[in-house]
Amino acid sequence: MNLLEMTHIQKSFDGVPVLKDISLSVKQGEVLSIIGPSGSGKSTLLRCAAMLETIDGGEIRYLDRKAAWMENGKPTGPKGKEKKEIQSYFGLVFQSFNLFPHYSVIRNITDAPIHVQKRNKEEAYQEARSLLERMGLADKEDAYPYQLSGGQCQRVAIARALALNPKILFFDEPTSALDPELTGEVLKVIRSLADLDITMVIVTHEMEFARNISDRIIFMDKGVIEVQGTPDEVFQAEHTRMREFLGKIHQN
Amino acid sequence: MTLVEIFQQLLPGMGRSVGIFFCTLVLSLPLGLLVAFGRMSRIRVVQLIFKAYISIMRGTPLMLQLMVVYFGPYFIFGIRITDSYRLYAVLIAFAINYAAYFAEIYRGGIESMPLGQYEAAQLLGYTKTQTFFRIILPQVIKRILPSVTNEVITLVKDTSLSFAIAYLEMFTMAKALAAAQRSVLPYIAAAIFYYVFNLLVAVIMEKAEKKLAYYR
Repeated sequence: MNLLEMTHIQKSFDGVPVLKDISLSVKQGEVLSIIGPSGSGKSTLLRCAAMLETIDGGEIRYLDRKAAWMENGKPTGPKGKEKKEIQSYFGLVFQSFNLFPHYSVIRNITDAPIHVQKRNKEEAYQEARSLLERMGLADKEDAYPYQLSGGQCQRVAIARALALNPKILFFDEPTSALDPELTGEVLKVIRSLADLDITMVIVTHEMEFARNISDRIIFMDKGVIEVQGTPDEVFQAEHTRMREFLGKIHQN
Repeated sequence: MTLVEIFQQLLPGMGRSVGIFFCTLVLSLPLGLLVAFGRMSRIRVVQLIFKAYISIMRGTPLMLQLMVVYFGPYFIFGIRITDSYRLYAVLIAFAINYAAYFAEIYRGGIESMPLGQYEAAQLLGYTKTQTFFRIILPQVIKRILPSVTNEVITLVKDTSLSFAIAYLEMFTMAKALAAAQRSVLPYIAAAIFYYVFNLLVAVIMEKAEKKLAYYR
């Protein structure tokens, strides 16, 4: 059974199609990277999967439970408890972190486990501390987001998402707001998660990283999946548009 | 009469002015939040009703509103106005007027919040209520505090409008005293009272702002 299954997804913004009949699936433990030029629909696809956008066509399933589908031409979704449970399957790391500025680092991580999942306070703090250690931020638990660098913020955001124990973690261009040095430290953390067999879908412009970390890569252009396969298959594929895109990156 | 004697005479009025001030805040701050929700409602009719309400409250003088609230029940329904209704009229008029101003301040603060905060909260599983009270409102309060201070300072001075329906707060008493004594001193005493009151308000609000400066 696939952890995530998206079939024939369509999405338009103000009549402009952004996703045109996209289907993809993610297996347990798989690391999938989505690459492609800006405006190709990668982030929109991820946001649809994370239920931040409503789809205009198709169906999304998590572990065979329907998360979004069409009924009489109208987008529909699960309600109440079912919706909550499905939402707990995934976490998302944003490009712009979206940490809560009025909470300290540790509170950013523990607030949802305590007040959403109703977990024991001690336990939540303990787990948050070990997550921070894994992120290399053990000494920052009392800091506020404004006191941290972008790379540190993003690592806190990753810890915050992990604290809820999602089955799958989405990354929406996690390093696009960071300079090369800070990018390195965030990628290192994501790589360490891949080693732990955490299922991940990563939208990224870091080609080398995608190549190294992924089990599978999808190249998207103009709302369509143009190429997909293992990293080697994709990077060696004779696809004009993708060669063009990769060529431009290598020139830089 | 010396200034000290005048202050002694005005003391009960000062208590009433301070009372109006605090009661108005306690009533209008939460009411303003409700009005802001109405104003931001996705239901068009509700939105329009609250828009009209805010427009009228801000577009007509508070003194006139006060008189309508006080005399309205008699002129419209023929209800006999009791003496104790004076205070209620003051509180009702002030609360509904200030709620309109606070509503617009809240709305500005709420609408200035980045969408990412809502999205992060949704992804973490917070309910809509939790998102508002745990994530959004605390940040909104920090953002709107300077504008709220402005309104609160205006409110201190606006309490004097109660003289229009002869409610015996400080200004009404000062006015009467000045006429009886044929002296400007009661007015000077009143000015000192309002100034010191507002100085205190400013100091307290600045403290609150400093307290919220622990994050950016």
